[in-house]
Amino acid sequence: MMEDKQSAEPVVADVHKKITAAFTAFDYESNNTVDVREIGTIIYSLGCFPTQADLHDIIAEVEEDNTGFIALDKFLPVMTKVLLEHKFPPIPEDQLLQAFEVLDKEKKGYLVPEVLTHYLTQEGELFTQEEMDEMLTAFTDHQKNLVYYKDLISQLAADPGI
Amino acid sequence: MPPARWKILETDDTVKSPSPALTMKAAVLIQRWYRRYMARLEMRRRYTWNIFQSIEYAGEQDQLQLSSFFSFMLDNFTQLTGNGSDLISQLLDPVVDPWLDREICYNLIPVPESYTGPRLSFPLSVSDTNALLSAFKEQQTLHARYVLQLLYETKKLLKQMPNIIHLSTSYTNEITICGDLHGRLDDLLLIFYKNGLPSAETPYVFNGDFVDRGKKSMEVVSLLFAYLLLYPDYMHLNRGNHEDHIMNLRYGFTKEVMQKYKTHGREILQLFQDVFSLLPVATVIDGKILIVHGGISDQTDLDFLSSIERHKVKSALRFPRRSLEQLDIGHSCKRMRSTAGSRPSSHSKNQLSMPYTINVLQVPYLDSLSSVPPPPPPPQHDREWRQVVDILWSDPKPQEGCSPNTFRGGGCYFGPDVTRRLLLRHGLQLLIRSHECKQEGYEFCHGGQVITIFSASNYYEEGSNRGAYIKVGRELVPRFYQYQVSRTTRKLTLTQRVRVAEGSALKALKEKLFTHRSELLSSLQQYDQNNTGCVSVSDWAQAFESVLRLDLPWRTLRPHLARLAPDGSVDYQSCFEDMEPGIPLAQVTPNMAETLFRYRTDIEIIFNIIDKDHSGLISIEEFRHTWRLFSAHLGVDVDDRAVDDLARSIDFNKDGSIDFTEFLEAFRVVHKLDNKEQLNGKTAGGKCS
Repeated sequence: MMEDKQSAEPVVADVHKKITAAFTAFDYESNNTVDVREIGTIIYSLGCFPTQADLHDIIAEVEEDNTGFIALDKFLPVMTKVLLEHKFPPIPEDQLLQAFEVLDKEKKGYLVPEVLTHYLTQEGELFTQEEMDEMLTAFTDHQKNLVYYKDLISQLAADPGI
Repeated sequence: MPPARWKILETDDTVKSPSPALTMKAAVLIQRWYRRYMARLEMRRRYTWNIFQSIEYAGEQDQLQLSSFFSFMLDNFTQLTGNGSDLISQLLDPVVDPWLDREICYNLIPVPESYTGPRLSFPLSVSDTNALLSAFKEQQTLHARYVLQLLYETKKLLKQMPNIIHLSTSYTNEITICGDLHGRLDDLLLIFYKNGLPSAETPYVFNGDFVDRGKKSMEVVSLLFAYLLLYPDYMHLNRGNHEDHIMNLRYGFTKEVMQKYKTHGREILQLFQDVFSLLPVATVIDGKILIVHGGISDQTDLDFLSSIERHKVKSALRFPRRSLEQLDIGHSCKRMRSTAGSRPSSHSKNQLSMPYTINVLQVPYLDSLSSVPPPPPPPQHDREWRQVVDILWSDPKPQEGCSPNTFRGGGCYFGPDVTRRLLLRHGLQLLIRSHECKQEGYEFCHGGQVITIFSASNYYEEGSNRGAYIKVGRELVPRFYQYQVSRTTRKLTLTQRVRVAEGSALKALKEKLFTHRSELLSSLQQYDQNNTGCVSVSDWAQAFESVLRLDLPWRTLRPHLARLAPDGSVDYQSCFEDMEPGIPLAQVTPNMAETLFRYRTDIEIIFNIIDKDHSGLISIEEFRHTWRLFSAHLGVDVDDRAVDDLARSIDFNKDGSIDFTEFLEAFRVVHKLDNKEQLNGKTAGGKCS
């Protein structure tokens, strides 16, 4: 355990820096706290794919007694563990394609917006209306009024550079 | 079980429906991917925002540089050929008191028959303000004669007003409070559209910064002044830090006026100077809500502020000088002696002691720490200056205490304790201020005791932020209304908006890198003793942070700014690849070039001042003198011969005068990618004229 820690020192330091950078981007008051509602964004941006349940668990672990805020010194160790242990690994792109093909049984290559809306707002970890609107505005082919999901996938999977 | 209405949507009944479990799993997968994508987008948005803000504040820091240069010139003025006193009077205009009436013969200015714009008749009526609204919507320009008359009448009205305006909600409906507009006519029109035009039913307070940066400052400020004249009881304007003629030199208003009014621009600007310094500095609603443009300091005293002669503080950037009061132009010419070449320092100045500038701060310039002597105990009008500057320039901070605002170069950072104490002392419950751009158009801080309100949407870039205004009624509870002006008719997705804003921010950031190249390189080389051309990411970030002093997440931005070597270290020369100077000038040494790049805007302003008749040309002599003074002030070593060579080389016509627009073109940072696109465009369509 000890020697692992030693060789991992620089890695841990880098991970700390990464987490701190993501955290401070939302630390509006410059007092090392963030609003609990931003935690999902922070964790996603660090490359993780937690479920909503996972997020709730983390929040429960780090939130400052129902204040609605999360302090960096509590968040850092928990998140470091998450990253070092690869707790919420990314879902491979081809699984995403399969997911769409489940919804598009006939493998037409597209989905009608109403169908997609139904699935995403009624099933799984429900989308809010706002999320649904944003997705449709961004990814519907407006002339044909269809969602070509392969394009959607390549967008979602593209490295945003950060 | 999928719901019954599913049957309607299915196109082919024979295809087997997926099991519910599978459908759910599929949905979850898609949702999770999408949320992660949006989160990363949000992160980019945040970083982009940070870049814009850092650069903006750093730019304002430069402002102090320029104004201290003006002071330096006043101290060490050397006679330029021709009437040297013109330079001082143009720069600083010390003798004309804004309180006095200038010679304005607006009624002698002929308005041609062909002019189809609004013809105002004073006193103004609603038909005049409506005419202005329509005219500006149709891109018309108000004739100079009416502008001058408008300003003249506004000045008369403002002279009667106190420094602090007291409003009451008992006789009015809700009061609407708007923040910075910065020449964004679209935002003002949107506010009027959503909220109603100013009237007895819809009183307004506009909290400063009507001009600069945006392209329609003239139109914005004309409308505001027109409504002020129309409804002096229902329209209230606070002064902002951009209602200041020196700021206007740098941030675009002066340029806009001179472009729109070639003949009368100068007169118009002089009247604006007076009007701006006569704007009230604060508004109080029901004795409970204080509205000022910037903020407060631990020295702020509203009673004192009510008593001062506010028009005496013409510009925050002209530090009060005892010498000014005792000086008249004639004197200043006589006492100044020209000392060719050497830096003039201690010639006698009549009875005056060594002139001093009251810089109240230790100012970290981008390249060095410049410490200035601590101020002597302030005499009366220096205290006035300080109080007004604090009101117009300060920013709130989360930590307790009050410290000089080094980012801006003026005013303070004030903490929640300072707010608490001031509110308590004057029986107030809320401070509303503007001065800072906020993504949502407004923001609370100091435990809800301070609200920032900002009304210029898309301030940095299309999609960067919303604008907002506040409505407050008798119960004194603020309500917020947000909006965003959109230049495109097609609705941009968040992705597109973020991408556009990010591109802009990164371009601006890269320009900063380019104009600080030699310092960055020397700092990087300290980490790279073996001259490999590479440093670790940490060292790279450290070097950039210490040289540029921009508080940014450098490691996260690295992929946009520099390439990695195969071993994961940063190839730092790659940072500077994308950019090049506008026109290569062989005679310019690297040192001089970088200085010119960095201070290009400042130099442009100075040239504009020297060029009294706006011909775009200045004499070689003037150029040489100005350049020498400026570089002496900056402490940049410049070989006299190099300056002469430079001057001669840019005298393209060989007629003894320099087209400084052309000169400055050489020192504009050009992004190579832009260049390539332009080239492609040109070759594709044949020669473009």
